[in-house]
Amino acid sequence: MNRQERSTGFGFVAPLLVLMVVAFNAPIAYMLGLAFWDKGQGFTLEHYQGLLEAPVYLRVLGNTMRIALIATLANVLIGYPLAHWMRGLQNRARLVAIALVVLPFWVSILVRTYSWIVVLGNAGLVNRALQWSGLTEQPVQFLYNELGVTIGMANVLLPFLVLPLFAAMIRIDDRLLQAAASLGAPPRTIFWKVYFPLTLPALAAGTLLVFILCLGFYITPAILGGGRVPMISNLLDTLINQIPRWEQASAISTILLVVSLLIFAAYRRLDRTASL
Amino acid sequence: MSDIRLEGVSKRYGPVAAADDVDLAVAQGEFVTILGPSGSGKTTLLSLIAGLNRPTAGRIFIGGRDVTDAPAQERNIGLVFQSYALFPHMTVLENVLFPLGVRKIGGAVARSQALDALKLVRLEGLEDRRPSQLSGGQQQRVALARAIVFKPDILLLDEPLGALDRKLREELQVELKQLQRTLGVTTILVTHDQEEALSLSDRIMVLDKGRTQQVAAPAEAYLKPANRFVAEFLGIANFVGLEDGRTGLVRPERVRIGAIGTAAKTARVVEAIYLGQMVRYHLALENGAAGAPMVAAVPFVGRAFATGERVAVSWEAADIWPV
Ligand SMILES: Nc1ncnc2c1ncn2[C@@H]1O[C@H](COP(=O)(O)OP(=O)(O)OP(=O)(O)O)[C@@H](O)[C@H]1O
Ligand SMILES: [Mg+2]
Repeated sequence: MNRQERSTGFGFVAPLLVLMVVAFNAPIAYMLGLAFWDKGQGFTLEHYQGLLEAPVYLRVLGNTMRIALIATLANVLIGYPLAHWMRGLQNRARLVAIALVVLPFWVSILVRTYSWIVVLGNAGLVNRALQWSGLTEQPVQFLYNELGVTIGMANVLLPFLVLPLFAAMIRIDDRLLQAAASLGAPPRTIFWKVYFPLTLPALAAGTLLVFILCLGFYITPAILGGGRVPMISNLLDTLINQIPRWEQASAISTILLVVSLLIFAAYRRLDRTASL
Repeated sequence: MSDIRLEGVSKRYGPVAAADDVDLAVAQGEFVTILGPSGSGKTTLLSLIAGLNRPTAGRIFIGGRDVTDAPAQERNIGLVFQSYALFPHMTVLENVLFPLGVRKIGGAVARSQALDALKLVRLEGLEDRRPSQLSGGQQQRVALARAIVFKPDILLLDEPLGALDRKLREELQVELKQLQRTLGVTTILVTHDQEEALSLSDRIMVLDKGRTQQVAAPAEAYLKPANRFVAEFLGIANFVGLEDGRTGLVRPERVRIGAIGTAAKTARVVEAIYLGQMVRYHLALENGAAGAPMVAAVPFVGRAFATGERVAVSWEAADIWPV
């Protein structure tokens, strides 16, 4: 491409670029910048120091990481077999399965989250079934703890993992698996040496996407955690809306952003080596 | 090393019979080519022998053992797919090592066997490339190396040369034939290229709509086809009326043409196609079967007849094969 073409192309994109910078990037930069400024003092790292000194922040951060990790893991354990099962379906059944996976996208996340209360509450479906079958005497506490939050997040985010995984799986030519069989490989070897490696880039991408989304999740932890499961986004909510400490919130956001970017960079590296 | 026997093998897909009551016996070390138009069931037959599919009827024997219900893993067959089916996430070397790893052969032994196989197909120096970084011909050879590296009892090749240009194809045909002879492995090759079939194989099997049309040595199938389909499929066929009312086949090389007056039958040259050592004449017969088309292929010596010219046409009674 020569210089002439590049400049004309830029001319077309410029208005959009300005809009992006003004509408999205500038507020973010302002928000992140807040942490480094103090009224009348100029540049400071005081707010980060504050984070390190108050153990509650680190605990919430660790808590968030742990819940995100467990929810992501649950997603993988459910999503991978689900996507694999969908690959094996006949055309029509496959369409139905895809529709069922995508359907939640069309239902408000609020509705979906509240519906878990109906299912998991003390008088909910699951508890009633458990008591009816005599497995438990007392209702099991699913809600307003980490278990509920994890279940809810795993459910809401499942399509983000299943869809890319399924797309990668149906691209795998059956003849590759047949070739492996004809070369003498038993089913287990075919899966681990041929099938799984071919789905790995999509699995890594989906997993990291789900993990990043988990880190910043707000609605589900807020509702299913009932305020008793502190995660970063809920902490941010408190810092901004209840005890206005914007600088502290900004510092936490910066850390969250950096963690997310690091994970993303790791993924890019992984992806590049996988596709070489 | 093993022989292959198919007894009344059928494979139905709904109303379609991809293989219809096929009998075939391939001797140990023999090179048989399956020939047929697209959709005639060639790939189906190979996949049944390889164990990737189960027949709806009939039995399959390898080395005298009934393997009809044995899984592919137990058949020790080297299979080269029509689409090569190389593992895209592995290098060339890893692809070739795969069947060895499955057989618990590893380390330096496996490596040297794999390199030997790659050398056999003349692919040294590309061990660390991915299949996507190879040309079609190179991919084909990797697939071949992967199929022979574990010393299979049987080699099944599904149009392995289909995607290649003519020159490379002819080179690889020679390589393939030599390879097969060196290894002494029982081989079935699938192709829809009749020249390939005639030049490579000990015997050919012609298929149409899942049914066997003929199994015979190449020359026999070419000159003495079992029916019209085989006659037309294996090259250019001239059909002539016989005295007893039947139809006879004369191949173009057996038709002689000369100056007017040298034979009783005459024809007009519709087209003269110069093919290097040969000239192919498309003729229209005049007397008797007036206007009937006929093709003659004669060595090019001196003068060729021109389009529109009248010529005398003849053939020996011994060159006619009733179909
Ligand atoms: N899995 C399948 N399901 C339904 N029909 C099939 C299937 N596989 C093959 N067929 C049908 O069986 C017939 C034979 O197919 P096959 O692939 O064996 O042909 P082929 O001789 O190898 O053709 P080509 O030269 O094009 O490769 C075709 O009519 C095909 O449509
Ligand atoms: Mg085929």
